[in-house]
Amino acid sequence: MNSFVAVFKRELKSYFTTPIAYVFLVVFLFFAGYLPFKNGFFEIRQADLYFFFINMPLLFVFLVPATSMRLWAEERRVGSIELLLTLPITVTQAVLGKFFSAWLFLIIALALTFPMVITVCFLGDPDISLIITGYLGTVLMAGGFLSIGCFFSIVSKNQVISFVLSVVTCAILVFAGMPTTLSYLSTFLPSGLVSAIGNFSFQLHFESLQKGLLEFKDISYFILMIIGWIVASTYVLDERKAC
Amino acid sequence: MISITELRRSFGPIVAVDGVSFNVEKGQVLGFLGPNGAGKSTVMKMLACFLRPDSGTAAICGNDILKNPIKVRQCIGYLAENVPLYNEMTVGDFLNFVCDARNIRGKDRKKSLDRVVPMCSIESVYHQTIETLSKGYKRRVGLAQTLIHDPEVLILDEPTDGLDPNQKHEVRDLINKMSQEKCIIVSTHILEEVDAVCSRTIIISRGKILVDSTPKKLKEQYKCSLDEVFRKITRAKQIKPV
Repeated sequence: MNSFVAVFKRELKSYFTTPIAYVFLVVFLFFAGYLPFKNGFFEIRQADLYFFFINMPLLFVFLVPATSMRLWAEERRVGSIELLLTLPITVTQAVLGKFFSAWLFLIIALALTFPMVITVCFLGDPDISLIITGYLGTVLMAGGFLSIGCFFSIVSKNQVISFVLSVVTCAILVFAGMPTTLSYLSTFLPSGLVSAIGNFSFQLHFESLQKGLLEFKDISYFILMIIGWIVASTYVLDERKAC
Repeated sequence: MISITELRRSFGPIVAVDGVSFNVEKGQVLGFLGPNGAGKSTVMKMLACFLRPDSGTAAICGNDILKNPIKVRQCIGYLAENVPLYNEMTVGDFLNFVCDARNIRGKDRKKSLDRVVPMCSIESVYHQTIETLSKGYKRRVGLAQTLIHDPEVLILDEPTDGLDPNQKHEVRDLINKMSQEKCIIVSTHILEEVDAVCSRTIIISRGKILVDSTPKKLKEQYKCSLDEVFRKITRAKQIKPV
């Protein structure tokens, strides 16, 4: 536990001692604020954050891999992994420490979008529980993308490669569930397979949380997704740490 | 304190370490010699539980490197060859992180820092970012990191590489000072260093131990300087039994 906390603390600090955190926050907060207004946040005359959350998958497909690509790739390139893993820290503790610190960083970034919440509360009388499940869905999705990014950061020493691989994987998992993709697939695939593909994607589970549905299957989808990629990460890291 | 049995490790078709066995006791300073690519670093990485051996094992302070790697890492101090550090951190933050990871807290932490910082003479750069330091200082920060928990076993991979002559001298003094209570393995290319600090030397080449002796005996036996001994041993195809 101590080693986990040590890695977690060091990682979180390192976001803010390097420019990464600030560049990320500025870009993220700009687009998170700009896109809803562009899509007609005011014109729709509804006091909810639908237009705010609906952009999140697309935004995170690019921004989450940008934070996760350095997690291990950098450590391996610089060689500091040899320091980290010769301290009394297990591979699992190190992977979890890094994952949770990056996740907390993304949660901080999301928390900084609070002006949007204040805006709708000021302008109308929004359904607070809908906003809460919206944020919950976004946090879980960020965790899912992050676990994918973490995995690819271990697979390649090169940050660009790990970025591209995780963007592609995340994008596939998002777009597989888009209505256009599903209706195209249903022209030649049996319906059971199409719904399996849909359920395998982030999009459907994310959307049902946006509707305020707090269902076990959606939450467990995200949790299982995270656990799966993290477990894969620890195995791959254990194999490849030295090469 | 260290006992190695038949360690073997290959990278693809290259056999880096080919059945190395030896023991090191407390109070010994073992000089680990060999030409580039002889497998010195690979052996050390395996002892630090960073690389897994293909076969064979080793025990440090009674803990097996395969079965109990965390215990092993707790009782060793390992300085890697290129001294990896977290460059964006200050020296103080970095040493505090190592204390966190090694679970040194409160009074103990203050005591360890007060001991190790003057010992490696890094007081003047304590608040500086590591990436702004010169190679010599970085190496000393790395050394401070290996010594912070006062380990019983030290594994130092070329600890004086890149240091100026004065710093080299200081590091050797440091090793000599610690040699009584600890068990130390030092790898090096620099043969004068072996003379200065080591009580025993092992020469390896192509993953195999060629000689296990003391610097003094080697010189007597071959009747020449260590440099020449090293050359004779590592270049010769047929090795005379020692």
